Amino acid sequence: MALLLHIDIVSTAIDSQYCSEKVTIVHIVVCLKQVPDTTEVKIDRKTNTLIREGVPSIANPFDLNAVEAALVLKEKYGATVTVISMGPPQAKEALRRAIAMGADQAILLSDRSFAGADTLATSYTLAQAILKLRDAGGVDLVLCGKQAIDGDTAQVGPGIATRLNLTQLTYVSKIESVDADGKHITVERKLENGVEIVRGNLPALLTVVKEIYKPRYASLPCLIESLAYEPVVWNAKQISADSSQIGLEGSPTWVETIFSPPLREGGVILNPGDENYDKEFSGLIDTVKKIVAEERSKLVCS
Amino acid sequence: MTPIEIAEKLCTLCQVCVKKCPSDALSMQDGKIVVNEKCTACGICVRTCPEKAMSLRNLPKKAIAKDLKDYKGVWVFIEHSDCKIASVSFELLGEGRKLADKLGVELSAVLLGDATERMAAESASYGADTVLVMNDPLLKNYRTQPYLAGIVQLVQKYKPEIFLFGATTMGRDLAGAVATKLRTGLTADCTALDIEEQTKFLKQTRPAFGGNIMATILTKNHRPQMATVRPRVMKAPLKDAGKKAAIINETIVVSAELLPTMIVDFILQAEQNAPLEDAQIIVSGGKGMGSAKNFDMLHAFASAIGGTVAGSRKASEAGWISAAMQVGQTGHTVRPRIYFACGISGAIQHVVGMQTSDIIIAINKDPHAPIFSVANYGIVGDVLNIIPQMTKIFNEGSGNNESH
Repeated sequence: MALLLHIDIVSTAIDSQYCSEKVTIVHIVVCLKQVPDTTEVKIDRKTNTLIREGVPSIANPFDLNAVEAALVLKEKYGATVTVISMGPPQAKEALRRAIAMGADQAILLSDRSFAGADTLATSYTLAQAILKLRDAGGVDLVLCGKQAIDGDTAQVGPGIATRLNLTQLTYVSKIESVDADGKHITVERKLENGVEIVRGNLPALLTVVKEIYKPRYASLPCLIESLAYEPVVWNAKQISADSSQIGLEGSPTWVETIFSPPLREGGVILNPGDENYDKEFSGLIDTVKKIVAEERSKLVCS
Repeated sequence: MTPIEIAEKLCTLCQVCVKKCPSDALSMQDGKIVVNEKCTACGICVRTCPEKAMSLRNLPKKAIAKDLKDYKGVWVFIEHSDCKIASVSFELLGEGRKLADKLGVELSAVLLGDATERMAAESASYGADTVLVMNDPLLKNYRTQPYLAGIVQLVQKYKPEIFLFGATTMGRDLAGAVATKLRTGLTADCTALDIEEQTKFLKQTRPAFGGNIMATILTKNHRPQMATVRPRVMKAPLKDAGKKAAIINETIVVSAELLPTMIVDFILQAEQNAPLEDAQIIVSGGKGMGSAKNFDMLHAFASAIGGTVAGSRKASEAGWISAAMQVGQTGHTVRPRIYFACGISGAIQHVVGMQTSDIIIAINKDPHAPIFSVANYGIVGDVLNIIPQMTKIFNEGSGNNESH
């Protein structure tokens, strides 16, 4: 079984600079987060806390869409794909998933001092790492999922774009084209009421929605190989992080309290077997009829 | 250093903290409890440790870069397209008014665009005391860069203490960039806002973990306190065309050549029905409907009562309903007058998308389905029998007549 060798991050990207002209996309960075599978999380109503046992940690689904988009561009333009993640050592599993899909290299940003980071501190940390990659050999495109399913903020992508002066394109549902001169990218953005087609300067940062591409399944041999892959690990010092801008210290927002959402009060339960049922059912129908009639009359008058 | 300090002498390694941590930030390693990067300093472990062995590390008080007292006023970003103001902006003017009154400060609408006169007047009629306007052809259609530059210019000049945006694609695209540029705190997708009595801080409450948990966030040492607010949760005030506001015109300082994006086209979504968010009567189907065919009866019922058909994530994933009609955490938030939940179990990720409906009517075979604890009326029965029954009643009754 061939082991995936640790690829020297610098050399692949620098080779491209020796080309006589910049053709298209050469190096793509994808930001990935390992998150608890919040669709499986439940609340213990007796103690009003989350039940986390048995909840698996997964790669954030939207980030896998971003990885897939990067791989499609890799196949089209021969780009190198680097996946980065800020997280504890366990996050290596999520990075390996991306490697199994076809990413070329993975970097874990791991340091105790990153703990307690809100979105401002997180975008700072990720931006520092991307700067290091940019200095080593250039970054043409950064791809992120639209939001993480635990934080649900959608703020880190725009934060990185702003810090690095990358063209910000959010809610991207399709990458239409990259200009032959490698200077512009045209995308479709999925807005509430329609689709916007935007042309933006490269380098750019895209946050992608699930409609963009369905993440591929890694083949079994690729999955097995990825298990042996050791991501590069960078700590705060290695990304030249300013300690006042990372972790808790670098976070302007403060969690004051966490509580389980207040329950809406339940009302009347109707059981078809009960003797009251017919009466209660008619009452319900009358309530509905009244509202239906009111809504109908609005349509007539307007 | 991590935000949590553990007094090892007191710790009995019971691991209650490990189980309670919502962020999976605690684990037992080498006979000790260890905190990792996922820690968000929420303090749940501190509160639940039976031995009181955990505490939040006291950080040295930061020198505050700017004098917080200089920042006054509540601002609301006015979102618009085609010169039509988004309803979330009106909702925010309503909420902003309450906050401004509690603080005893002004409420300002922030309007960037072209041909903004009518929209400025409209902002006034929904309660803004002042409207800050940047009128420029470059601002006609929203793009991140010129709007970011303009907003930052206004904030640096006028220094608001609170700045609210709708949690829409536009609002979230813009607010994330603005907050980073200003190096201030931003809380996403808030469902409740309030002012803390003593400190006058903005209390920002929002769902997290896919809606499983609510968090109240403060931005203590940075200004403005920024928040994006979920649409259709706050109530818009009544329009008062008689209300006037002070209009302040500012010129945006930005160079057209340096703008990195160009809008090529906009394709309006073909609307077969009214948008889900505006529907007043919704008939929604879940896994319990069983098949795509069974959704036909929901369409028939919706026709009979003038409703719109929607579905849960499970129904959308099964292809029984389009993703555009999905209600829930990863779909749409709706607040109709009546929400029929048909064969929907009522998982929290769905409930967060419809819990502000006026009336919820749930039909489900399972008496223990969580939906019954949020429904005004819960019918424990087979939806495949009950829906056709109800459809018949409405088709026979006055519902189908033209005249009233």
